[in-house]
Amino acid sequence: MNEKKVIVFQLNDEEYGVDVHQVKSIERVLPITRIPRTPDFIKGVINLRGIVTPILNLRSRFNMEEIETNENTRIIIVTVDMMEVGLIVDGANDVIDIPVDAIEPPPEVVGGVCAEYIEGVAKLENRLLILLNLEKVLNQQELNQLEQIGSGL
Amino acid sequence: MELNQYLDVFIEESKEHLLAINNNIIALEKTPHEISIVNEIFRSAHTLKGMSATMGFEDLAQLTHVMENVLDGIRNETIEVSSNVLDVLFSCLDHLEAMVLDISNGGDGKRNVTETVARLAAIENGEGEAAPINANNDDNGREQELAIDSFEKTVLLESIDQGYNAFYTIIRLRDDCILKAARVFMVFEVLEQVGEVVKSVPSVEMLEQEEFDSEFQVTVITKTSSEELIDRILRVSEITNVDVHPITRELLKSVDEETPGSTETKANEEQQEANLTAEKTDHAKEAMSGQKGQTAVTSKTIRVNIDRLDQLMNLFEELVIDRGRLEDIAKDLRNSELNETVEHMARISSDLQGIILTMRMVPVEQVFNRFPRMVRGLAKELNKSINLEIIGQETELDRTVIDEIGDPLVHLLRNSIDHGIELPDVRKKKGKTEEGTITLRAYHSGNHVFIEIEDDGAGINREKVLKKAIENGIVSKEMSLSMTDKQIDELLFASGFSTADHISDISGRGVGLDVVKSKIESLGGQVAVESTPGVGTVFSIQLPLTLSIIPSLLVEVQQEKYAIPLSSIIETAVIKKEEILSAHHQKVIDFRGKVVPLIFLKDIFEVPVVSEKDRFYPVVVVRKGEKMAGLVVDSFIGQQEIVLKSLGSYLTSVFAISGATILGDGQVALIIDCNALIQ
Repeated sequence: MNEKKVIVFQLNDEEYGVDVHQVKSIERVLPITRIPRTPDFIKGVINLRGIVTPILNLRSRFNMEEIETNENTRIIIVTVDMMEVGLIVDGANDVIDIPVDAIEPPPEVVGGVCAEYIEGVAKLENRLLILLNLEKVLNQQELNQLEQIGSGL
Repeated sequence: MELNQYLDVFIEESKEHLLAINNNIIALEKTPHEISIVNEIFRSAHTLKGMSATMGFEDLAQLTHVMENVLDGIRNETIEVSSNVLDVLFSCLDHLEAMVLDISNGGDGKRNVTETVARLAAIENGEGEAAPINANNDDNGREQELAIDSFEKTVLLESIDQGYNAFYTIIRLRDDCILKAARVFMVFEVLEQVGEVVKSVPSVEMLEQEEFDSEFQVTVITKTSSEELIDRILRVSEITNVDVHPITRELLKSVDEETPGSTETKANEEQQEANLTAEKTDHAKEAMSGQKGQTAVTSKTIRVNIDRLDQLMNLFEELVIDRGRLEDIAKDLRNSELNETVEHMARISSDLQGIILTMRMVPVEQVFNRFPRMVRGLAKELNKSINLEIIGQETELDRTVIDEIGDPLVHLLRNSIDHGIELPDVRKKKGKTEEGTITLRAYHSGNHVFIEIEDDGAGINREKVLKKAIENGIVSKEMSLSMTDKQIDELLFASGFSTADHISDISGRGVGLDVVKSKIESLGGQVAVESTPGVGTVFSIQLPLTLSIIPSLLVEVQQEKYAIPLSSIIETAVIKKEEILSAHHQKVIDFRGKVVPLIFLKDIFEVPVVSEKDRFYPVVVVRKGEKMAGLVVDSFIGQQEIVLKSLGSYLTSVFAISGATILGDGQVALIIDCNALIQ
């Protein structure tokens, strides 16, 4: 059967998944250096074994309420279109195989995340997994627009 | 085809050969009768031809083949090295470069080269007409003593130098021999066992087609003696006689490239190349030139991918960070043995840093070597006569700087050629030599590399510059009256400035020297101009040795740390609150008689405020060209060499931040881009 391996992470009591091929590593929270005059969801940069890596808070990226980091908080380092970016999530502890035919196109709004950022929804026996479209989440055009608004202030 | 793994090597080597051809053609232009240079070019072209044919790039192989023919004509002195010939060779080179570039970009290296091929063929036929007439004298070949061309002469000389014996051998077959070609083949096989065949008369192809009577000559290099050689050849049946004459240095010297013989050789070679089985002779030559390469250049180098060096650098930086931690720990523990070890490690790692940095350094030659051709072309186009002198091309710069510096230099050179150097008759009237000189000079000084472009042209016409600047609204009429000469010269770098009366395609397309200036400043360098009317102009560029490690001042703004590159700092000061003045809602200070605007980093960077300082403000005075600004911080941490890192490709345009660095404690600090802060 055709299966897809995904990393499962939690965000605001929902479960999300990203393709395992896009994930480079999962880190505990490291000291973050803030970058001035960038959109709110860009938390700053970290020193990831000698490489300066930008960090996004996925909660604020999806306009959810931010929470304090705790022992479950993780940074998922993903690589998309040659860009390496860290995503702050509430927790990440699972890798599962999902059958490709269990993936359905996204409904309009899922857990407050715009359908635009969602690749599909996987219905498993007792859980619902939202598969993110990272290319869209890390869309740079949007970032540039936000930056322009930011610097215009 | 499983050639992909060789593609990188092919591209790299092709580039090297093209470079060698380029340099040699330029050298040939200066000394057109130096046959050794032609030989060098020939060798490069030949290797290139072989490589590209193997890799299946036929257009490339074909063009080099035709080029080879012309080169061959030159070295046999049937073709004169004229300006036309050089032009065609250069255009060949342009095509070849374009092809290789195409291949390296994943293309198939195809290109329409019919025109250049036609021009090459025209040269070959037009001036090489003597060849066919002489070729008819094949019968004379019997009596000919030792007809060799200069290339073979060099090959033979070298092999003699390396302890080989060279023999000129006349072999006679029995008149009733039926399978002459087979005997010839056997003789060649015997010879190849003990040495290499440099040349045969008639050609191998003709021998194979039995187009000879019963006698042929071969020139061999071998380690064996003449007796053994005769002995071995005679073992082949149906051979009646073998004459072996040793070729000595003296003999070679006395033979001064006999022209009739060499044209014949030329004909031979062409035929040989057309024939696959004729590889023997070619092979011999190649083996020889290979050996030559080994003896002449004994520099031991290996090719390393720049990515690996970057990786090495990254790993090393981590080591430095750990070293910092270890030093801290050792300080706390006060264990003398631990201290010693940590100190030793610190010394070694600083040596290591030096080595890693120098590994990334490349001579500016890489950029400079494309200029002579460019200057030559432009000068021709503009009917000017220009001599380009290059000094200090061995000066080394970081690879990243080298990659970026090419375009600005091209721009400045074009500028000097177009606007600086006058037309020959104008120069004559002024009492200068008709040929203008442009000097391109590179040298190290302190932590910087300087590149200067000096011309002995007309100098900057300040009146014209001012007029233009006023026309274009760069300065007002009133302002222009009080400007110094230097300030007027600097106007050349103002945006939207072009002094040429008419827009030429050489320089002055509206994007003027301001582009050069901003490019160089983005590299952390500076550009200045100095000019004396009637005598000439010097543009000088100052560049940092490396972009990756920059000395900087670490400062603290509330609880955040930032680095300011020392290159843009004038000085630091601590000012009192009372010293801050207000002008047009802008806070300023009086700094050594100048009004300097203040920039509060905590405001502009929206730094979360933890504690408010009161009476004293530490200020870093920075500059961008002539303009200055005072950056207000909370405290100075100290000066430190930092490693510049990018913020990653996700964050491309962050306001006033040029990058980041990793501090000793492993934290990331941002590097302030002063140029963006000063408007």
